[in-house]
Amino acid sequence: MSGFTFTIDGAEISAEEGQTIMEAADAAGVYIPRLCDHEGLRHQGGCRVCTVKANGRSASSCTEPAAPGLAVESETPHINKLRRDLVEMLFHEGNHLCPICEASGNCELQAMAYRLDMTEPTKFPYLEPCRAVDASHPDIALDTNRCISCGRCIRASQDVDGKGIFGYVGRGIHRHVAVNAPALSDTDATVADFAISPEVCPVGCIIRKRQGFERPIGEREFDKAVIGAEIERKRDE
Amino acid sequence: MSELPKARVATTSLAGCFGCHMAILDMDERLIDLMSHVEIDRSPLTDIKRFTRRCDIGIIEGGCCNEENVHVLQDFRKNCDVLIGIGQCAIMGGLPAMRNAIMHSDEPLRECLEEAYITGRNIRNKTHNVPNDPALPLLLDQVYPCSQVVKMDVQIPGCAPEGDLIYDTLAKLLAGRFRGFEPDRVRFD
Repeated sequence: MSGFTFTIDGAEISAEEGQTIMEAADAAGVYIPRLCDHEGLRHQGGCRVCTVKANGRSASSCTEPAAPGLAVESETPHINKLRRDLVEMLFHEGNHLCPICEASGNCELQAMAYRLDMTEPTKFPYLEPCRAVDASHPDIALDTNRCISCGRCIRASQDVDGKGIFGYVGRGIHRHVAVNAPALSDTDATVADFAISPEVCPVGCIIRKRQGFERPIGEREFDKAVIGAEIERKRDE
Repeated sequence: MSELPKARVATTSLAGCFGCHMAILDMDERLIDLMSHVEIDRSPLTDIKRFTRRCDIGIIEGGCCNEENVHVLQDFRKNCDVLIGIGQCAIMGGLPAMRNAIMHSDEPLRECLEEAYITGRNIRNKTHNVPNDPALPLLLDQVYPCSQVVKMDVQIPGCAPEGDLIYDTLAKLLAGRFRGFEPDRVRFD
């Protein structure tokens, strides 16, 4: 059994043995929203934005293996509401001020809020935590007000760069991404690291100094297309 | 639509920069079309300070940073059928809300005022005091989004929202056809 099919929202999807639901969906041009998953990094299943119902049970599609005959629900009002609430809570848990953020327009969190229609008056309180900015490194700054603890930088640094600059500390709501040293300047981080590259941090937490606001409004990544459009285009082709 | 009585619209700017009111003017010549369906009541655009009668739509720019903002917002809620928050300040506090989480401070408001009027570099404040004239509205402990003070019905995101988006939203609301925004037109900046 190497190839088989399953369904997402009734549409038949081909999959290979060992693929996750999301990997098979991506290959078929069906976009499932995600924040903590990124191509080239191992799956974590942390943010739960990619939650789907697989045979009626909630599962993170980036970690759940595809199986023959599996019936997956993804783009339903119920699931999209769960996703929207998760994204909204991420906004409220940190200090996300889009109008002053240099990641605005290239930010996956913001783009996900657009896609999931986060425009209704909010029901959640703003936690407005006091978080530090680490500007110790000559070329890199960390504004942890914007961190959503997706851990993409952790996996990129450990698995791709082989450095382990970032790691999780704390438990529960206090769990957050931290630098594996007193400050970033005490590590061997460089702008050439994959973990520091613009594609890894989905928000504006990892900042490359002297590069802010390079692309004007109208030419930024998500000015041109809704997040996920790249994958959905595959379906049309 | 032209046979119906004109809808009454009121607008106000709370803790905002008036940029969203400028964005309203960005509707350009469509304002003329809109004005055939709309009459503006209390608003900085008409300089009317109090509601002359009940309004169909109230447009709020800015969040609440002082007690006067709260009173105005409550007055709008009382006198308007549909309350629209326009721009990020009304929606989530916006730039003024930066004072809520000034880093490493237990008293962010005090620290903000002291830096602005007493300790900051390049300050020429001969009194060495934070302004405390009784005529000034009392500042709130935090800057609050409108939806945390009164019930808001619709929010138009943006900083500031595009004139096109404001026009389309108002036109749809007036026609009773507003069903939310297209994802590719939503912007938080």
